[in-house]
Amino acid sequence: MSHWIILPVVLPAMLAAVIILVARHHVRVQRVLSISGAIALLAIAIGLIIQADDGTVTLYQLGHWQAPFGIVLVADRLSTYMVLLTAILALLVIIHATGSGWDKRGNHFHALFHFQIMGIMGAFLTGDVFNLFVFFEVLLISSYGLIVHSGGSYRLRTGTQYVLFNLLGSTLFLFALGLIYAETGTLNMADLAQRIPLIDLDANAGIRIAAVLLLLVFAVKGALVPLHFWLPSAYSAAPAPVAALFAIMTKVGAYAIIRVYTLVFAPDLEVTADLYSVWLLPLALFSMGIGMVGALAAMRVDRMIAFSVIGSMGMVMTAIAVMTPDSITAALYYIPHSTFATAALFLIADLVIENRGKMGARLEASEPIPGAAYVAAMFFIAAIAMVGMPPLSGFIGKLLILQASIASDLVVWVWAVVLISSLIAIMAFARAGSVLFWKAKQTDDGQELDENCSEEEVARARTASELRPTKELPLLAILTLIGLLIVHTVLAGQITTYLRDTTAQLFAPDNYISTVLGTEGKTFGSHGDKAKGSDHGEDKEASPGEAHLADVESRDGAEDKGDEEDTQ
Amino acid sequence: MEILVASAIGVLTATGLYLVMRLRTFPVIVGTSLLTYAVNFFLFASGRLVVGAPPILSEDATRYTDPIPQALVLTAIVISFGMTAVVVIIALGAYLSAGEDNVNEPDPEGLLEGMDEEGERA
Repeated sequence: MSHWIILPVVLPAMLAAVIILVARHHVRVQRVLSISGAIALLAIAIGLIIQADDGTVTLYQLGHWQAPFGIVLVADRLSTYMVLLTAILALLVIIHATGSGWDKRGNHFHALFHFQIMGIMGAFLTGDVFNLFVFFEVLLISSYGLIVHSGGSYRLRTGTQYVLFNLLGSTLFLFALGLIYAETGTLNMADLAQRIPLIDLDANAGIRIAAVLLLLVFAVKGALVPLHFWLPSAYSAAPAPVAALFAIMTKVGAYAIIRVYTLVFAPDLEVTADLYSVWLLPLALFSMGIGMVGALAAMRVDRMIAFSVIGSMGMVMTAIAVMTPDSITAALYYIPHSTFATAALFLIADLVIENRGKMGARLEASEPIPGAAYVAAMFFIAAIAMVGMPPLSGFIGKLLILQASIASDLVVWVWAVVLISSLIAIMAFARAGSVLFWKAKQTDDGQELDENCSEEEVARARTASELRPTKELPLLAILTLIGLLIVHTVLAGQITTYLRDTTAQLFAPDNYISTVLGTEGKTFGSHGDKAKGSDHGEDKEASPGEAHLADVESRDGAEDKGDEEDTQ
Repeated sequence: MEILVASAIGVLTATGLYLVMRLRTFPVIVGTSLLTYAVNFFLFASGRLVVGAPPILSEDATRYTDPIPQALVLTAIVISFGMTAVVVIIALGAYLSAGEDNVNEPDPEGLLEGMDEEGERA
């Protein structure tokens, strides 16, 4: 049993604790620890992705307990892909936070940051739905701390809203889990995948409700309209590096939907067959539309980016809702693109906002910021990526999604909404860019620099726009994000080939299920018995997985375990 | 027994939902607490209700109640306790700095006078 899989969870957790206990008063030590931790995490993520590359599903049994009795972490192609994405983003964001000094504006930034990474990594790796809930809570509770980082009344008030909204989401999650446990007697995803198809179709009300509730919870995380209300304020109030990190948080919702609705509630399952086409797809299209219209209507640049996140999540959800191997491939291609573009935009917006004095994030013309030409160029590239114009990866992702949506009944709607909302997004970003950079003529006291102004003022404005923004590390982070977008475009062929294999693995979960349930570990009655419980396995039936299936008819958790007790 | 637990869950959920839809933070926080109590009861009931039996599995146990929901409820209680503490602190901070405790969105576009200096990145 390889211990590598637990490292993306354990490393940030330990690091965060060390940062709080040892280095709480030494920002420099915190930074060193934090950045080296993020680099180590990236190395581990690359190792994991190489391990999963040939299609092996690796299992980690916590405490060596046999699934489904113990909690398991599972690293398959999808999990390792998301883990790598998180590790890349985390490193860049932490470089930005260090370079821009955001981490010094409040306490415990680095510790909270690593706790959040721990939650995200755990959510991607876990093979147990209750454990997924726990990791969701870990990432949420640290995001509560991060969102109010550096304080201020506005942040605290939007923070309250954000916390309350997510508390309600967590309650819904628990209701869903209770229902699932009541109906099936298990919370292990692989075990659920075997038991749910056996549920009597005449008595499926409970499991249907559970499926819808779970979808709602993940939709809250993924900011699907009409559950998106927390997002615009939360993202625009959050400090820039935090908002950039949150770009991956909405993707946790998307990942959870892909995982649960390909494995637990498989696409061919009769109980939940109409969930995607009837509910998810129309809502995803609404998200796309409302997100982009919101971006056009926003009067602050950070809110505009936040709304475009909703639009871009709508795009991901549309691809997921079509629920064919092609569309999931398209969604998986679009997810890193959307993450990098969102993060880059929030960081670029921070450069703008920090240098505009009183005007802050408002989309009104003011005097040029230092390095306006360079910032404008970066904004232009990131905006092209975000709205999905050629030549960047947004365009390729959008094409893949449009192509995959031909399989859907609502193909006309998908095409119409995608294309029209892209147009609206172009307008929104063009307006923001031209207000921030081209119309940047006003001086501090609101006087226009027109033909009548003095030579001196023109010269001052001009030199300001030609100065480079001085801080290197934030620039490095932004340029790397933009570089990643370009790499994502250039290597689109290889990446989609890779993702096609990932999707194939998702749509043929037998290997996943047999790895999780077939790997032996400790079972009941083997306390202190170091023989890995293999003798107990043979007592019962050929493999523990099959033994479960035999018990499943009773559908009662307590009785299940009673049966096993008897055989032993 | 069943009717008692079921109606307890129902009443707690209904009260919690009503309070959550109030305008001020205090009733909303009380509402989320009631909702978490409701969900704890619900989780508890998801392992079937058994009276007077230990949640322990052993070789010679003849009657027992399902221990898993009890473990889940413990986890849920700890998490909801922590979350409630966090939301109380953040809400208190918001109330003290803003001078009012409405839950609604504080001036979404931040265009009011003074907002940028006071609460934002300026």
